[in-house]
Amino acid sequence: MDTAALLIIEVLNGISSLALTCAGLAIIFGMMRVINFAHGEFMMLGGYTTVVATNAGVNIWVSMLILSPLVVGVIGILAERFLIRFFYGRLVDTLIATWGLSLLLIGIVTSIFGNYITGVSAPMGNFSIGQYQLSVYRLVLIGLTVILFAGIYLAFTRTKLGLIARGTMQNADQAAALGISPPKVYMVTFGIGAALTGLAGGLLAPISQIIPTVGFTYVAQAFITVITAGTGAITGTIVASGVFGTVRQLVTYETTPIIGGVALLIVAVLLLRILPQGITGKIFRRSL
Amino acid sequence: MLAVSGLKTAYGRIPILHGIDLNVAEGEFVGILGHNGMGKTTLLKALIGLLRPTDGTIELNGQNITRMPAYKRNLSGVGYVPQGRDIFPNLSVVDNLKIAMAMHKVDEEKVLEEVLETFPRLKPLLDRAGRVLSGGEQQILALARCLCGGPSLLLLDEPTEGIQPSIVEEIIEILHSLRTSRNLTIVLVEQNLDFIASLSQRVHIIQRGQLVNEVSPDQLSDPDLVREFVGMGG
Repeated sequence: MDTAALLIIEVLNGISSLALTCAGLAIIFGMMRVINFAHGEFMMLGGYTTVVATNAGVNIWVSMLILSPLVVGVIGILAERFLIRFFYGRLVDTLIATWGLSLLLIGIVTSIFGNYITGVSAPMGNFSIGQYQLSVYRLVLIGLTVILFAGIYLAFTRTKLGLIARGTMQNADQAAALGISPPKVYMVTFGIGAALTGLAGGLLAPISQIIPTVGFTYVAQAFITVITAGTGAITGTIVASGVFGTVRQLVTYETTPIIGGVALLIVAVLLLRILPQGITGKIFRRSL
Repeated sequence: MLAVSGLKTAYGRIPILHGIDLNVAEGEFVGILGHNGMGKTTLLKALIGLLRPTDGTIELNGQNITRMPAYKRNLSGVGYVPQGRDIFPNLSVVDNLKIAMAMHKVDEEKVLEEVLETFPRLKPLLDRAGRVLSGGEQQILALARCLCGGPSLLLLDEPTEGIQPSIVEEIIEILHSLRTSRNLTIVLVEQNLDFIASLSQRVHIIQRGQLVNEVSPDQLSDPDLVREFVGMGG
């Protein structure tokens, strides 16, 4: 019984950390079709922001929920203005440009903080299920992920800004002919995607180790999940995170984290073989 | 209202328009007739600002808008209904209308009500996704969407292309009534002779990127003239 409860929490944890990792990419790649290879580095910067601010005495919740998204959002907007906007619609060029950005960010962070593992301890202590000790923060993280995705979904479907963004992503020229400035929409949407990535980096900082190259561990799984999500970027990412998170966590429980990661990849390959348009392409057709 | 002089555009290095001169007075309804590939769509795209002119000027109400981006032109009162409709496929019909008002300072509820009164055909479709509408319904929606921004100048690109005759009739009636009720100025490009003849006050013929002739709408019923001017079977 205790083991079952523990396993359920572990699976939910796996799903929520994967979904958090993907949230910003669901917008930047899923909606905007920009291959942001620096996605992992945006998370890393969110993580460093939380670690540095918290160690400097800022309340950890303020660091995670406000500073990390703010700092990475601003960096994202700068990257969009000075680099990415010149490559819209050119997938391969964007890939190379953002790969360069990723290396640049790793270099800058390494030269400032050194190539050491840092971190911050999770707030809120532990609770126990039978003989097992679990961190309360991990439970809170599950709830925060649900709130975050509900918020993103409502923001895109129920607000004027969301409507403008969805329309512009579907047909930028037509949006322009209706009084909307596509360059501004792209800038703001990219900034929001970056801010969400920073937020994810901040929220995951207490349960992971932070080094300048930590982005590598995020970027592959994030892209696989968002590609599997298909056209309905937000709902698809939730479903894909659900499937992959469950598989990864259950296999990890039975074997090791490495085999868990391999299992995720195998399931992704199979899924994309059956559903080349992604989960939301054929069945479960959604537009967001 | 609209004054175009010496307008030239190109796709890459291939020139399409070779110096267009066109004046449209307020309240006027001007047709531009021509074959595929003569530059009709290119001309309208240059007028709304989706294509950069390589030479020449465009003035709107005396203001030079040659370098103004499309969204500012729309906010200044230029409406554009593109060829192929370009409905947002994954937005609902009502969202297709709302997005056209998003950047305009208008009372959304009131404008929506007015537009649905003009286009009652859209009322039962409001929750449908744009992509599931028929061609005719999409054309009606594209027109309604454009009017949501309250334009004073309307640019229409082949609104009859591939839609059933009953809706063509409906569009003619609506445009006629709108011209008087809203004091609209309209530039229409077409290859449908009946449609352009029943709406336009004067018709320009476009050939290979140049306006070559001006004819009156009744002349379009003369097959010999049409054949001579346009090379179209009348």
